Order: sequence, then structure tokens, then C-alpha cells
Amino acid sequence: MVNEKLIVAGFGGQGVLMIGKMVALSGMENGMEVSWLPAYGSEMRGGTATCSVNVSDEPVDSPMIQKPTALIIMNLPSLLKYESWAVPGAKVIINSSLVEQEPTRTDIDVYKVPFNDLATQAGNERGMNMLVAGAYAAITGSITLQNLYDAIDHTFVDSKAKFAEGNKQMAKLGYDYAVEHFSK
Amino acid sequence: MARVLFKGNEVIAEAALRAGVDAFFGYPITPQNEVPEYLAREMPKRGGVFLQTESELAGINMVLGASAAGARVMTSSSGPGLCLMLEAISSMALTRLPAVIVDVVRSGPGMGDLAPAQEDWKLSGNGAYKIPILLPGNVQELANMVFEAFDIADQYSTPVLVLADGMLGQMMEPVDFDKLPERRKNLPDKPWRMASVGEKGYRTMMTLTYGRPLTEFTDRFENETMPKIIANETRYEAYGLEDADVVVAAYGTSARMAKAAIKEIKTDLKFGFIRPMTAWPFPKEPFEKIGPNCKAVFCPEINTIGQMIDDVRIAVAGRMPVYHIGNTAAGPMNTANIIDALRAYVEGVAK
Amino acid sequence: MSIVYERAKSLTPVDFTYCPGCGHGIATNLVAKVIDELGIQNDTISVSSVGCGGMNPMFFDTDTIIPMHGRAPATATGIKRIHPDKIVWTYQGDGDLASIGTAEIVHAAHRGEKITTVFINNTTYGMTGGQMAPTTLVGQKTTTSPYGRDESHCGKPIRMSELLATIEGAKFIARVAIDTPAHIRQAQKMIKRAFECQMKGLGFAMVEVLSTCPTNWGMTPTESMKWQTEHMIPYYPLGIYKDFE
Repeated sequence: MVNEKLIVAGFGGQGVLMIGKMVALSGMENGMEVSWLPAYGSEMRGGTATCSVNVSDEPVDSPMIQKPTALIIMNLPSLLKYESWAVPGAKVIINSSLVEQEPTRTDIDVYKVPFNDLATQAGNERGMNMLVAGAYAAITGSITLQNLYDAIDHTFVDSKAKFAEGNKQMAKLGYDYAVEHFSK
Repeated sequence: MARVLFKGNEVIAEAALRAGVDAFFGYPITPQNEVPEYLAREMPKRGGVFLQTESELAGINMVLGASAAGARVMTSSSGPGLCLMLEAISSMALTRLPAVIVDVVRSGPGMGDLAPAQEDWKLSGNGAYKIPILLPGNVQELANMVFEAFDIADQYSTPVLVLADGMLGQMMEPVDFDKLPERRKNLPDKPWRMASVGEKGYRTMMTLTYGRPLTEFTDRFENETMPKIIANETRYEAYGLEDADVVVAAYGTSARMAKAAIKEIKTDLKFGFIRPMTAWPFPKEPFEKIGPNCKAVFCPEINTIGQMIDDVRIAVAGRMPVYHIGNTAAGPMNTANIIDALRAYVEGVAK
Repeated sequence: MSIVYERAKSLTPVDFTYCPGCGHGIATNLVAKVIDELGIQNDTISVSSVGCGGMNPMFFDTDTIIPMHGRAPATATGIKRIHPDKIVWTYQGDGDLASIGTAEIVHAAHRGEKITTVFINNTTYGMTGGQMAPTTLVGQKTTTSPYGRDESHCGKPIRMSELLATIEGAKFIARVAIDTPAHIRQAQKMIKRAFECQMKGLGFAMVEVLSTCPTNWGMTPTESMKWQTEHMIPYYPLGIYKDFE
């Protein structure tokens, strides 16, 4: 049974909203119920970007998430703000390229991935969001890599179809990195 | 067509296009800007008039004009804009002009802020009148209700308000546009429409009530139109009322939060649930069905002092206390607030 | 025997309910004659206003509507955008157009809305009993300027024709008067041209008609015509402010 409550948080420009959207789309490709809610208005201050994504077998109760089962933390302010929100046992994915500080909680599962560095090495910094989504798929299992590929195929269409392959490669890169580093 | 992931505001626009909207007049305001942006993009391609107006006042009066001209017409806004529109909404309620108004609600009073809210329940404006107010609870329902609002408007010749809280406008959820309701059949034609004598062969004088007593209009609304709308268009979702110990009544996004809260609380007390899907006509029936065990009704709303709660109080007619759960100094009402309030009550009963 | 004068065909058989000697009667009649002359009665949709102008739906034998106060240009816009092939025009007084409806008239002009506006300027709110309007002359006594309009308190009267003529989308703007038979004949020509501007699809057109309100001015009709000549025309110069071709 899947009842994932994911918060993605970081700076504007890191593709935070797109990461959340790809997770939601992937869940939908998998026949799940999903919702995606961006922070907007007074919640958006100082160039931060946040979105809440539900992926569930059942109709989504509340699009607003206060007790996330998963966090994707793209910068330090997001760690400071959201760490305390996570439920015990939550999977917390941290962009270790930018976040050096350790989480204080010991009852959460932490996965550090140097997203910026990996994207730079791959020569595709704009594709970092897919890399994150790929790693998320491997770590949480709430969506599959194939779901993500399907979501990419349905997102990059017409004049943007030429970007689908590159984005899939980035998703695979993130997925493989997570499998390699975090498999038990 | 399969499910597609769509933002609520864009769903409003797409559903309106599928309902055959002829014209949109509106003024930018957060959090509904994707509605005009989508229509500005699509209407030139798919036929129809899109016009950004100098104000909500002008916009709603263009809606009035286009409706008088016989068109299917809509506007969208948020609280501060809706406030300006009340002038013409009230006028259209009197002259019985159909139109669809979508309010993607933000928090007030005044300019308030941009946070999602459930306010504007008490649509007002001068004069005694009512118009149908639809309360979508998810993005698919938002599509369905906007689509159907055009038919309701035409069937009863009335403005219809779709009250979508800011979260519904901003969130994405799967929506299937093949699951829109059927278009209603036998909608009345519009012999009163402003066109020209040459086109119709007769003259229309759409002049409020000049020459005829005002009470003739208001009486016909009260005794002919209102009962039909109440009988045909009252909507709600409800369960567990007969043996409920506690009932939670909420609409829109807070109804989803209420469901989550009820699930989370572990108690022997039985919860009943009521979700009004129309603010007017307000569904009194489920409240009358609440069984004798019920000790309290809770009304979570994303606002400060409660608005729907007054209608709930009228509907329960003093049979049990009705409690508000709402915004706190810490922020807009959320699932945790509901859990806290219900848990406090449950623990109080246990003692 | 030949007919030298007859009632305009675009008028209903209803008697005008304007006060005796009111300038509205002349202006309404002029518009009806122009509609007859242009042969557009069957294609015309008339949008009136709130104020004394709100009575004219009873008089024009066309489709007619009373919009909300000041919003005639917006309501006319809604109608015209649905029926671009019809002739849509508004009939608005100075309280309606120059006060509560300034935003709507300015933006109708700004959009180059293909409508025609006949603007009746009689320096006062007639229907509500003679209160001060934005067009009330300095020193003029009204029920809300009982000591005369004081420039230091509420400014000098607004000149709408000059204002609107600065807007690109306005293609024909003229100010006319009805104080003499010659001026009345000229007014009819200008109103006709304002309708022709719309028929050619050029953009917004307005004729400002300097009018009278003997009832609220406390004058006889003859005195009010003289007052228009002596006091209004010097402040509100007649002429064409914007023209086409």
C-alpha cells in the first residue's frame, strides 16, 4: 500500500516544482491518486520554492502536507524548516552538494546525494530535476523508473520531444546512483 | 481520454471552453491568474471573446452586457474582485441574466493575503436575492461544476457562483474531461436577448423593472424560481449520520482535511460526515438525518470566525451544539487543527 | 401638402417624460433622427445609463438596456463583442460618464471600442435632484454646493471631450450645444458622424452635447438656453476634437 506524502523544498530555479510534478505524473501513470500543491503567495518568501505531493492508492484526503513521509531537501533553509515535520521513519533525501549540515533527528532515514555535482558531471545541469526524481524513485519505491519514463514521454511532446531522451538519461543516472549507494 | 494532471485554475478554463463559453471578461488577481492566461491562449484558437478589463467592475458589467446579448459568458476573480462585482451580480439576479462567476478564494478581509481560504460564503450585495453557489471539493469536481454551472445558469436564468478555495485553484490533480456531466437538454432559449429588432422581429426593453412593479419580479423569483432551484440543485455528500456521536461538516478542501482527521483519530466515538456541495441552496436534509446520539457538530473552515457554520446552526435548529474550527494565529486552518479540536473533545467525553 | 416635420420613426409613440423644456428632449430627438437618416434602426442596440438618461429606453424603438450607474461603456462593450455587426451606442449624463463611470469611458476609448457615446452635459445630477457634478461650473450653486462650486475645495470642472481626444483609440470626439437652432443642426451632423465612425469600424466615437436642466437650475427653459450660451460654452468650447479621414 502506498500513501506517500512528499514535500520538495529548495531555492527557486532548482526545479523544485518540476520534481514534484514529475513524481505526481509518475504516480498517475501508475494508476495512483495524486495531488500536487505549490506554496504560493505569502508562503513564498526569499526565493524559496516548495511543493507538496501526495501519491496514494486511495483518494487523497488533504493536498496540504504537514506530516511528510518523504522529504527532498535541496538547500539548507529547507532542511532547517522541514526536518521537524517528518514522521518517524520518513525518507529524507538531501542534496549534499549544497547541504553540509547534518540533520539532528535520529528517527528518520537520511539519503545524501550530491545532485548538483552529479548533474555537472553529466554535463546537464538543467536536467538535475530528473536526476532527483530518479533517485527518489529508487529510494522510496512509491513510483518506478518506468513510471518516470512514461511521465517524461508524456511531458516532453511536440517541439520538446527532443528533450525526452536526455531527461530519461538523467532520471536513470539518479536512479542508478541511489541503487548503488543505498541498496541494502 | 485518459486522466491528465491539470492545475485547478486551468481546469476551470478548460471546462468552461468545453461548456461552450462564448466570452470571458476579467481582471488579474492572485490566486486565479491561470484562468485568464489559459483562456487568452485558447480562445482565439477555439473561438470566442477573451478580453482583459480595466477592473472587475468593468469586467462584470461586460459580462452583464454579453449575457444580455444572449452569450454564454463567464468571469473569474478572488475575494477583493468579487466584492467589486457584487454591483452587477445583484443586478443580474434581478434581471435574471445567466452568467458564471468563479471565485478562487483568498483570505480576507480587505486585501488580506494570498493564502488559500474559505471565505466569501456570504455572497452579498444590495437587495434580497440568492444565486446558486457550487462548492467543488477536488479538481475533477471543479471541472464538472464549472461545466455544469453554465447549464444551471441558463436553466434558471441566473448568475451562478463557483466557490473554489485558493488551494483548488493552485493544486494539480488528475482530471478526466471525458467524465464531465452530460449537457442538460431542453434549456430555455433566450427570447429576451439583446440583438436588434431587425434580427428578432420584436423589441426588447431590458430595463430592470421600469414600468412594472419591482415586487412582480421578486415575487416570481421567490415563488417560482427559488423552489425549483432548491428542489433540483441542492447537493451534498454525507455518511454515518444515523448513529453518529459526533458529526463533522465541512466543504471544499477542508472537507478533505476533515476526512483525514477523522481517519487519524483513534476513538470509540462514531463520526458522521457531511459535505455541502452547494452553499445555496444549503443542504438542510443531512442535518435533519443526524441521529439522537449525536452530541456535537464541528465545522472546520479555512477562515477566522466561521461562515458556513451559521447555515449549519440554522439546519440543526438547536438540537446540539455546533463548534467552529478555523484559522489560528499560527496560520490557516489545517488537518492538525481539526485533529487537535476533535481529540480534545473526544478526551473530554472520555473523562 | 408636404410634410415639413414628423416624429422620428426610431421613437416609440410614448410621450417623453423628461421635464418640460429639458435639453434631453432635444438630444434624444436628434439621435432618433440620425438613426432614421442612417437607416440603422433595425440594427441598433441602445444602452442608456442611470440618471435622467435612464428613461430613454421607453422612447427608442430599438432593443434597449439600462446598465449599472456609469458602466454603460462596459455593458455596451459586452454587447458589441457578441454582436460586432450591430450598432451599439450609449446615452450617458455627466454624473454617469464624467464621475462614477470615468474608468469605463476612458477604457472603452482606450480599447478603441467600436461604440458610439452621446454624452449629455448639463452640469448637474438631474435625476437625484440637482447635486454638484464634476461638470458643475465654478461658482454654480447646486444642492451640494449651496455656496457655489469652490475651486479650492473641489477643483474646476472636468472637460471630457478634451480628455478623451488624447486617447489613441478615440477616433471621433466633438462637443456641440443646443442653445440655438444653428447649434442644434450642427449637433445632429456631429451625432451622425459619430455613428458613421462606428459603422466604418474605426473605433470609439463620442459627441458631448451641452444641455440644460431648467428644473434643477431654477430657470425657465428660455433662461436656461441663454445660461448655456453665456456660461457653459465659454468654459466648454464647441468643436471637433478628433476626426477621421
